[in-house]
Amino acid sequence: MSPTEGTSAQSDFETVAGERLSPGERYRELFEEIAIAPARIVMDDWRALLSVFIITGYLLAGTVGVMFIPKPRPNQGPALLGAFYNLAHPLGTTYSGVDILSQIVHATPAMLIMVCSGAVFSVVLGTVLGTIAGYKGGTVDSVIMTFTDVAMTLPGLVLVIVLAGALQDVLTGNPVVIGILLTINAWAGLARSIRSQVLTLRDQSYVEASRILGISTSKIIAIDIVPNIMPYVTMNFVQQARNVIFGSVALYFLGILPYSEANWGVMMNNAYSQAGAVSSPEAFHWILMPMIAIVILALGLTMFAQAADRLFNPRVRARHIDRGAENSAESKSTADKSTGVVR
Amino acid sequence: MSYFVRRTGQAIFTVFAVISLSFGIVRLLPGGPADYLRAQLIQQGGTISQAQLNQRIAAQTNLAPDKPLHLQYVDYIWQVLHLDFGTSIWYNQPVTEILGPAIPWTVFLMATALFIQFVIGVSLGAFMAYREGSRFDVGSTAVSLISNSIPFYVIGLLLITFLGYRMELFPTGGRYASGNAVALTNPDFLLSVLYHGTLPILSLVIASFGGWALTMRGNSIRILGEDYLRVARLRGLSERRIAFRYVGRNAILPMYTGLLIAIGFMFGGSVILEKIFAYPGVGYYLIQSIGQRDYPVMMGAFMLIAVAVTVGVFIADLTYGYVDPRAKGGQNSESY
Repeated sequence: MSPTEGTSAQSDFETVAGERLSPGERYRELFEEIAIAPARIVMDDWRALLSVFIITGYLLAGTVGVMFIPKPRPNQGPALLGAFYNLAHPLGTTYSGVDILSQIVHATPAMLIMVCSGAVFSVVLGTVLGTIAGYKGGTVDSVIMTFTDVAMTLPGLVLVIVLAGALQDVLTGNPVVIGILLTINAWAGLARSIRSQVLTLRDQSYVEASRILGISTSKIIAIDIVPNIMPYVTMNFVQQARNVIFGSVALYFLGILPYSEANWGVMMNNAYSQAGAVSSPEAFHWILMPMIAIVILALGLTMFAQAADRLFNPRVRARHIDRGAENSAESKSTADKSTGVVR
Repeated sequence: MSYFVRRTGQAIFTVFAVISLSFGIVRLLPGGPADYLRAQLIQQGGTISQAQLNQRIAAQTNLAPDKPLHLQYVDYIWQVLHLDFGTSIWYNQPVTEILGPAIPWTVFLMATALFIQFVIGVSLGAFMAYREGSRFDVGSTAVSLISNSIPFYVIGLLLITFLGYRMELFPTGGRYASGNAVALTNPDFLLSVLYHGTLPILSLVIASFGGWALTMRGNSIRILGEDYLRVARLRGLSERRIAFRYVGRNAILPMYTGLLIAIGFMFGGSVILEKIFAYPGVGYYLIQSIGQRDYPVMMGAFMLIAVAVTVGVFIADLTYGYVDPRAKGGQNSESY
């Protein structure tokens, strides 16, 4: 892409690339960059593949599965039928004959909404505050970090329990609100880590160059800083999603959150308190199935975070692909290199 | 020293914020404790006067509803600072007398579990990094991933089902066997405490060591590729010194924020864990109080747990300066 020969009439600043890309080619390149490259990396790694498979499975269950599997209601089958005894009720039934599979599937949509709202809330808030605090420094930093440290110290789950307990009559079973409530102080830890990452980034030479050129702070943050912390943010999104699942199921299990429809935690609560699933073997499958549903989804999310780490982290990747070939400090960003696209 | 002063000020501010928050929850939330109690009392006795009503509410929530709001706030803080959390509605005892004896038990469970999982996780992660790509690494990574994906209460339920009820190897509740003299000098009592604490601690450890191990592994691998490590090898430093002083130390430091968060998370988790194992710690009473709508106990437990976390984070923060010399140098960076 060097300036072509014989263009001495033009100044260097007006020199453009030697070859032009048609819009079609440009779109193809963009597609290659954002879709094919990650897909190729995912295909190479069985763990990433499995995680995508699991997450897609839950998404399908929450959208399509709800339409095909009948709504849970009492007396769908015999009471306390064990798991894997017959095909009509593959995961068994509860004390009152409710099909466990249909309960699990019909609990999925609300769970997915809860997970997304909580993760989006905490990650957006944490990233924005952490980036501003780290980049601006000085008083802004001190003020934000003081609040962050205070928020981080509050035991979030206990606060949620107390709030839910105090608001029992008011709080409705709204998954979005519950998701946000569960991550009410989860943003703080993220903000603190993002801040320390930004602190190292802000002194990089290319950021300094942007500053000297007089580019506005908001633009520097958007273009120079945020893309570099995106991998970290993605991983945290997944971690937060996992925490929302664990937290919400725990609170439903304890019977603290008000509920209106099926939920994995409510199922566990019913199995625990109505049938004594812990002490009586006949009811054990009732509490086991929702637990398995939680664990598999969480496993999918954890493996996805791991894959994201490998996908984004050039240092780890470089060690495995080609030792010593990539030492440049600014090669921090993204998976571009595997496709040969240079920015 | 100035860091110490600043950090202490911050800890005090945190405690203050917690008390304010608790005041806000009790007093200001519509449909919250104050409103609920009032409705309840009006329903019970139709004949009590407004003054009597206010008196009853004052006795139970530590609030005098006939005073202006800011005076209530000052009173509330004053009372909490004097460790007066009001009187339990359910037990009809001062909250301090109910929760006070429960604190050491919760701290014992959480601190032990946190220590064990951190030690196991960090050592396992370091070994995995040194044997990167080996069968041991692959196997341990898989185990860690699974450990990281199971919530501790699921493990707790499984442990209590199989080890507690089916095999009857461990007790399914309580803090120690009755009949033991409660004294730290009594070895039977100590053994019984450990025996009863095994399952709760085990469930926290199993569910959390994987996360530490994976983080430690990632950090160590990154550091093993650093240039200064090559220099250290060229200088002929012993492998042992490199492993502990160079790799170990630098890999653990970034996990520090995670440790701080874990302290808060653990104490939050105590509520669920103590409920499952019927272990009368602070969290156990918190859950009970919610079912009984016993607001003084509920808010007292909330404040106690929050203060315990604040103190824990405070201690961890102060000791951090000794681990990481860079933290001692002022954190003042140029502002843009």
